[in-house]
Amino acid sequence: MTEKSPALPHASPTASPDPSPRRSAGELLIVALPYLWLIAFFVVPFLIVAKISLSQTAIAQPPYTPVLDLAAGLDGLAAFVRELSTSTYALLASDDLYWLSYLKSLRVAVVSTAILLVIGVPIAHAMARAPARLQPLLVMLVMLPFWTAFLIRIYAWMTILQRDGLLNGLLHTLGLIDQPITWLATDTAVHIGIVYSYLPFMVLPLYASFQKLDESLIEAAADLGCPRWKAFWLVMLPQVVPGIAAGSLLCLIPITGEFVIPDLLGGSDTMMIGQTLWSEFFANKDWPVASAIAVVLLVLLVGPIAAYEALQSRAMDGRR
Amino acid sequence: MGRRLSAFNLVSLALGLAFLYLPILILVIYSFNDSRLVTVWGGFSTRWYVQLAEDHALQEAALTSLGIAVASATLATVLGTLAALALTRLGRFRGRLPFSAMIYAPLVMPEVITGLSLLLLFVAVELDRGFLTVTIAHTTLTMCFVAVVVQSRLGSFDSSLEEAAQDLGCPPLKTFLTVTLPVIAPAIVAGFLLAFSLSLDDVVLASFTTGPGATTLPIRIYSDVRLGVKPEINAVCTIFIAVIAVVVILASLVTRLGERHGAAG
Repeated sequence: MTEKSPALPHASPTASPDPSPRRSAGELLIVALPYLWLIAFFVVPFLIVAKISLSQTAIAQPPYTPVLDLAAGLDGLAAFVRELSTSTYALLASDDLYWLSYLKSLRVAVVSTAILLVIGVPIAHAMARAPARLQPLLVMLVMLPFWTAFLIRIYAWMTILQRDGLLNGLLHTLGLIDQPITWLATDTAVHIGIVYSYLPFMVLPLYASFQKLDESLIEAAADLGCPRWKAFWLVMLPQVVPGIAAGSLLCLIPITGEFVIPDLLGGSDTMMIGQTLWSEFFANKDWPVASAIAVVLLVLLVGPIAAYEALQSRAMDGRR
Repeated sequence: MGRRLSAFNLVSLALGLAFLYLPILILVIYSFNDSRLVTVWGGFSTRWYVQLAEDHALQEAALTSLGIAVASATLATVLGTLAALALTRLGRFRGRLPFSAMIYAPLVMPEVITGLSLLLLFVAVELDRGFLTVTIAHTTLTMCFVAVVVQSRLGSFDSSLEEAAQDLGCPPLKTFLTVTLPVIAPAIVAGFLLAFSLSLDDVVLASFTTGPGATTLPIRIYSDVRLGVKPEINAVCTIFIAVIAVVVILASLVTRLGERHGAAG
């Protein structure tokens, strides 16, 4: 566990090449505690989800069959494997409900992420151009809503968007509408809620990219007769691609599985996949189908998650 | 940096911040509204707060949430700091890649998946659901946030100081306590507070992993909110916002002080 890279840049000649046994024990402990915790509570649970997605619903406690009986030894294992079935996946494939749900989630995630980019880029750019002493304050102002309970922020929008709420009141006072518009329980409300909740996740990585940007390049382009908007597009944007990628993935992935926002602000016509999973589990008590939904969702998201991890590791290693 | 802001920059900032803060501001204002109707301003009143003071079930939920937040944030801070040390100070070790993958994945993983999988684990090992299981769930999520916060501080701190101490014969544990810890302390505090507020805020993981007698405040608020907008909830939310705002401002002061100290020393 403790192989050191052979050529440490700062290694002094007096440092022993092999770590002493005591140090190894300490290092082992540093790695082992978080490692084992994550294996026990992050990896193993996924294996159980995968296993239960291959089971069938039963009226029992726990409400699925087969149950692996380790006491029965190898015979128990063989009986268990024989009884596994892919019927839940067949159900997912055959019922339109699930397909439409996945499609809706992906659509909402892509549209919201696009809106977040359009709103986030000007904000992040302005933050990075602000006087240096103001920048920590601006970062904190963008962060602060992220800390003040997500649930509360969605609730705040319910007050604004309900039929006799503030938005309709405002529009009516301005004379823009005669009849109140239904905002709540629509996809528009879901998009507003998502954009509002995820804006800090988009702005902060973008800001980090803009901050590193060399603006003199734009001025050079402008001096050479390049219009400002074109300079922004051709010179600046390519430099902030890592920020755009990080922000987009940081929003896109969790939005796809979002539950609370569509549940509180959305309608009842087509549910997002997080809601479908929730209702299969809590309302229908169908644990195998809920597990299969989770497995398919994870398969859909594994590419974006891997891309996000690669970006994150590169960013962290780059800082050293 | 520090160039003159264009008009477009100023408008973007102003609109962006207004978008972020107006809804919260409206919510706070209406918690002092005497009228039950949200659109009607019935005069200033604190009656919703008085009503809260009499709601014992709600207070119990708040206490449960605070207990879980303290316990899980403490555990998460220890585990997350160890993870950050492992990722930045141990060079390459076998299994580093899956380790960093496990640290970053929970940050973006949809909570319904994490919640469902943890619940199925707890059922499989026949662990009674309640305070303990919610604490484990929150620790698993928030330790990854702590790890990222501490890792970025460790990454910007020159490890040659630690190596110098060790070359001079300082044992590793003492090096950590006297050299490393003072430098990363602000990040550890910030990580703890982040873990604390994430735990206090969570609905989805808690809904999956809770059991009888361990209803958290967000679960309670969530089940009320589903039934519609009520001024009592505005009052709860306002108190919540006040607590979090104080915590965050303290955290940023601690971080700022620490950075200044680090830069000076």
